[in-house]
Amino acid sequence: MKVTEKDVAYVADLANLELSAEERVGMVRDLNSILGYIERLSELDTSNVEPMAQVSDRYGVDESRQGSERFAYASREDVPEGLRKSLSQESALENAPDADGAFFRVPKVIER
Amino acid sequence: MQLTQLNIDTARSAVQERKTTALALAEEHYARIQKEDGKIGAFLTLSKERALEQADRIDRMAAEGKPLPPLGGVPVGIKDVMSTRGVRTTAGSKILGKFVPPYDCTAVARMEAAGAVVLGKTNCDEFAMGSSNENSAFHPVRNPRDVSRVPGGSSGGSAAAVAADMAVVALGSDTGGSIRQPASFCGVVGLMPTYGRVSRYGLIAFASSLDHIGPLAKTVKDAAIVLRTIAGRDPMDATSADVPVPDYVAELEKPVRGLRLGVAKEYFGDGLDDEVRHAVESAIDKLRSLGCEVVPVSLPHTPYAIPAYYLIATAEASSNLARYDGVRYSYRAPGVKTLSEMYRRSRDEGFGAEVKRRIMLGTYALSAGYYDAYYLKAQKVRTLLARDFEEAFRNVDAIVTPTSPTAAFRLGEKSNDPLAMYLADIYTVTADLAGIPGISIPCGETREKLPIGLQILGKHFDEATILRLAHAYERAA
Repeated sequence: MKVTEKDVAYVADLANLELSAEERVGMVRDLNSILGYIERLSELDTSNVEPMAQVSDRYGVDESRQGSERFAYASREDVPEGLRKSLSQESALENAPDADGAFFRVPKVIER
Repeated sequence: MQLTQLNIDTARSAVQERKTTALALAEEHYARIQKEDGKIGAFLTLSKERALEQADRIDRMAAEGKPLPPLGGVPVGIKDVMSTRGVRTTAGSKILGKFVPPYDCTAVARMEAAGAVVLGKTNCDEFAMGSSNENSAFHPVRNPRDVSRVPGGSSGGSAAAVAADMAVVALGSDTGGSIRQPASFCGVVGLMPTYGRVSRYGLIAFASSLDHIGPLAKTVKDAAIVLRTIAGRDPMDATSADVPVPDYVAELEKPVRGLRLGVAKEYFGDGLDDEVRHAVESAIDKLRSLGCEVVPVSLPHTPYAIPAYYLIATAEASSNLARYDGVRYSYRAPGVKTLSEMYRRSRDEGFGAEVKRRIMLGTYALSAGYYDAYYLKAQKVRTLLARDFEEAFRNVDAIVTPTSPTAAFRLGEKSNDPLAMYLADIYTVTADLAGIPGISIPCGETREKLPIGLQILGKHFDEATILRLAHAYERAA
């Protein structure tokens, strides 16, 4: 599989990245170089292998339990205010590049 | 007393016994940062107000004759991927250049509750993506041993700060080797705990199934003290494990005689520098002379770890980094007219080249038509890699390897070749994928006086054994 400029444009769109023309050329080169190396995975027969999304359901848990029972320790009673109080509106808006004191402000969403 | 050359115990006792003060310790470290960090670049932000307030609190305890907590008065650095309330936290990125978190990372809060004095935030590769620290959006870090060379990455600032006596210990994060490889390059100790051992609440996410927090330190004992401080279940992080935390410090003194050490040929193949090979082989001989039994083990899927890692890590990153949209807490490009333009231009201007490359690779690996061939395939290979270790650990207590195939390389040497840079992680990514703990400790130098690192990998939640081995080696070497 060879990544083309068209693929790069499509993926950049999915990722919400505005790449410059120069960046796109570099990206085609780099992705092909990296994916060329990654190709070696196809040497392995994995038809009977389960995928592993994360390790914590296998290690450090009671393996005699099944499914979500293994994570029973992580469940707790509902607490009205949560484990820590929610951020105040002021604090939540503090890092926003644009806010009006009550809301985050963004460019107009609906075009007419 | 040289205040910048103390370890945790000597620093704490000096404050406890009123031979110095926590304030003097902090000020002496700030003076050293002032003098040395211009050429190293280890710190991005200093948190003087917070540090002096904490130092004062510790000094008052000492004056009242109260026993100090384990890190009482100890000056520490925190990698800038961990949130600190009221102190700018950038993740080494322009997109978070002005971000001031409203809460503290649990690991940082636990360090401070144990008396640590947070001097400031250490430089790193942007979003912890890199092996040389050249990907920081602010400035690179240079290796204190040789400023023409990189300190390793991504926790290069933390490693360099400890190596250059600008902090007693530091916290770093490891997703593919980012604690152990810079520890190796800078000649310090770096410990990546088991996945789930340390809460990641407040850690800026890179790849959630692979991210770990751990210490960089001057001694193995200091790493054990920090781990004992930060380890354990945290209700704020559902992935933190419900496994008891042993007293890692007391465990250090247990004998290593009779422990079985595995050596895998897959970690000594092509690409391993001869000087590194000799140093690591001598270190293994030393461990054998201490009574350990050295046996061969096989980890046959090792050559597939880098490709699997760079698919899984980038796929997770592409999802985690979707939150930087220019709305709530990140950089927004000026003069944008539509919402879509705001997202795209803010991300394009805010992210650096390597971060964009990884978002693109991860998005590609997850996209329709490629998911099975890339992402799912990588997850299956991850199972095979984890099984390799399960099999090997049936027969041995720990596995010893080089941390990195070479000593520190030069700035610019690999920065134009992403694949060559990725291969710097070849001996470290396996532990992240399998979720096992690993430690890097200094084991000699090259002819050019560059540090070499020995890596010791352990079973899940068995940090005690690798710390014990590292401590025994450190004492004998």
